[in-house]
Amino acid sequence: MRNMKKAILLIAFTVLVSVLLTGCHGAKNMTTFEIPETFDESKHYEITFWAKNDTNKLQTDIYKASIESFQALYPNITVNLRLYTDYSRIYNDVITNIATGTTPNVCITYPDHIATYLTGNECVVALDSLMADAKYGLGGSELKFDGPTRDEIIPQFLKEGIIGSRQYALPYMRSTEACYVNKTFVEKLGFTLPENLTWDFVWEVSEAAMAKNEDGLFTVNDQKVMIPFIYKSTDNMMIQMLRQLNAPYSTDLGEIQIFNDTTESILMEISEHAATRAFSTFKISSYPANFLNAGQCIFAVDSTAGATWMGTEAPLLDIPEDQLVAFDIEVMNVPQYDTENPKMISQGPSLCIFNKDDPGEVLASWLFTQYMLTNEVQIAYAGTEGYVPVTEKAQSSFEYQDYLSRRGEDNETYYPVKIDASLLMIENVGNTFVTPVFNGSASLRNAAGQMIENVTKSVRRREVVDESYMEKLYADMISLYRLENVEQGGPLPTASRLLIAALILTWILMAAYVIFGAIKRKKLKISD
Amino acid sequence: MKKTFAAFLAMVMLLVCGMAAFAETAVMTHEEYVAAELDTPVVVETYVQAKQGWWNDQITVYCQSEDGAYFVYNMACTQEDAEKLVPGTKIRVTGFKGEWSGEVEIMDGTFEIIEGAEPFIAEAFDVTALLGTEELIAHQNEFVSFKGMTVEPSTIKDVEGEFAFLYNWDGSGAEGTDSDLYFNVSVNGQTYNFVIEYYLCGADSDAYKAVQNLKIGDVVDLEGFLYWYNGVQAHITSVVPAAAE
Repeated sequence: MRNMKKAILLIAFTVLVSVLLTGCHGAKNMTTFEIPETFDESKHYEITFWAKNDTNKLQTDIYKASIESFQALYPNITVNLRLYTDYSRIYNDVITNIATGTTPNVCITYPDHIATYLTGNECVVALDSLMADAKYGLGGSELKFDGPTRDEIIPQFLKEGIIGSRQYALPYMRSTEACYVNKTFVEKLGFTLPENLTWDFVWEVSEAAMAKNEDGLFTVNDQKVMIPFIYKSTDNMMIQMLRQLNAPYSTDLGEIQIFNDTTESILMEISEHAATRAFSTFKISSYPANFLNAGQCIFAVDSTAGATWMGTEAPLLDIPEDQLVAFDIEVMNVPQYDTENPKMISQGPSLCIFNKDDPGEVLASWLFTQYMLTNEVQIAYAGTEGYVPVTEKAQSSFEYQDYLSRRGEDNETYYPVKIDASLLMIENVGNTFVTPVFNGSASLRNAAGQMIENVTKSVRRREVVDESYMEKLYADMISLYRLENVEQGGPLPTASRLLIAALILTWILMAAYVIFGAIKRKKLKISD
Repeated sequence: MKKTFAAFLAMVMLLVCGMAAFAETAVMTHEEYVAAELDTPVVVETYVQAKQGWWNDQITVYCQSEDGAYFVYNMACTQEDAEKLVPGTKIRVTGFKGEWSGEVEIMDGTFEIIEGAEPFIAEAFDVTALLGTEELIAHQNEFVSFKGMTVEPSTIKDVEGEFAFLYNWDGSGAEGTDSDLYFNVSVNGQTYNFVIEYYLCGADSDAYKAVQNLKIGDVVDLEGFLYWYNGVQAHITSVVPAAAE
């Protein structure tokens, strides 16, 4: 009996301990990540970094230069760079590689995507303890570079990487959207640009720009083509419109609320202007910058990280020179319903780390991730587009302030539209917001944009957009993006599920022991 | 009287339904497709010539019939069906005519395979002499060839040197990634920028490797699909040394 008792207790203990040790954030067959006491510099680590660039050679050069300088500091770490130009491709590849256990070590990503990665096998490393580590954490004593402390990361940007109650991502760059305006055409149409754009103003000017001459050419530009208002990212468009109207989108716990009357009225409003062809989207027509630069668009909404394509003097151009039509460009906030309380999206790449069997490898990944937040990298990368550095340390540095102050010195490094876009973001950090992150939030975002795309296409195709259309649209979106399956509050992490299972098993074993003991005692009594 | 009226109504309904069904399935000739307005529904029967990689339940297909070609962008397609879309396969595509940066295409398409049809593979039509002319666009999306094209230098901003090709349009890509390859070729004093689309001809394809081995000044014969992006930008599928005159 004594042996039996020992055996049961041993099993219960073993199950509990093994679950506690392996359950947290380990992919299948992985051990829990624990920060090593010291970073073993005698051991060689090879890590992979999946990075996204905006099809911008300068950005890829900065990634490469950053890797080189990091490797010079840590000769025992080799960073292999894989370049992407599309977040969704990274997302797709990560999902595929989670299944095969071949995730990268460090990855540029969106928190929405991490929420999905976490439902697999919790292979993403929670950064809380790493960030706080005295030796290798943010501003740690053993770092070989001057990285930011926790307090030096812009708190709002840092917060965007929290999923549930844990930090799973560090911000890398931040941007918002801007409306790049052909001021020349606005004034030619008899309007004066207000200090802040409103939706009403944009719609009104856009409709006015649809007037044609007798020869069929548009009056404002004497061309066959004019799409006054083009929006690049329609998911952002819908999300911002809802937020500006204080209308529901989703709760923090993942309750889907977007299919409401405000959404419907927004879609109806958009459909009116899509029907006249005063409004279109990137997916339907093409890049807003190309139309803007060809004098075929008045309001082009795109990321501030797309500023180097905007304007006929832009460093990056995608249309032949003979198609360029010079104009005065103005970089403005996205249109607002209430200009007293502007609201705009905060977006941009973040960094996450994937768990590996070797804690030293994870620590090497963490060192590299932190290195990407140093002033050297932050200031260089932010200057490639209308991005802003994510650290106060970089933003307030002499180099960055000098960069901003030299606006317009040339049309390359100091391209005024690009610096205006960065300043727009810096001045509006307090007006930016992000949407709740949960398993399914990426799908919800897609649905938000797809509704605008569908409505726009439908009216162009002369379909009737009315209440019954909206009902069907909502049903289609729920089905297409599997939004009926989004679990409110998200599923329990694997670790939690295993822990609960272990506790249940322990209680069963303990109960079995008690019952077995009682039966045994009863039998003994009877035999007595 | 009531019965007669009811029978009449039923006949009218049948007729209307029949017409509607016919209208829904009426297959267009290429000429009718070209004449169709943008954003109107189109139905064509055509043959798969090539496809880009399947992704996210969608596929982009280059199609051609004896009377003309179609670019079918992001057509709804399961992964299983994507395997069936081999060159020569006859399909009926239903979608909407659209235009994106000058490329006329079928958007939001669905398809069905027409079983038992004789396969059709288009011969490459030599458009070398049409480059730079207004006639070229009449062959948009067709499988075409360019003869005796000279590889011209490509440059990367702020980078010294000249290159026979670039990974991505500005050199921002790299070997071993899913970068498209861009290269310049000239004929009759005009230079054109063509592309190897990674998702059409991947890194293992002969065309991709051939472009990686190009040298400035090489004279090559090319084949590919006459795609448009703010002007002609062929999606090349074959690169070989120019045939001797």
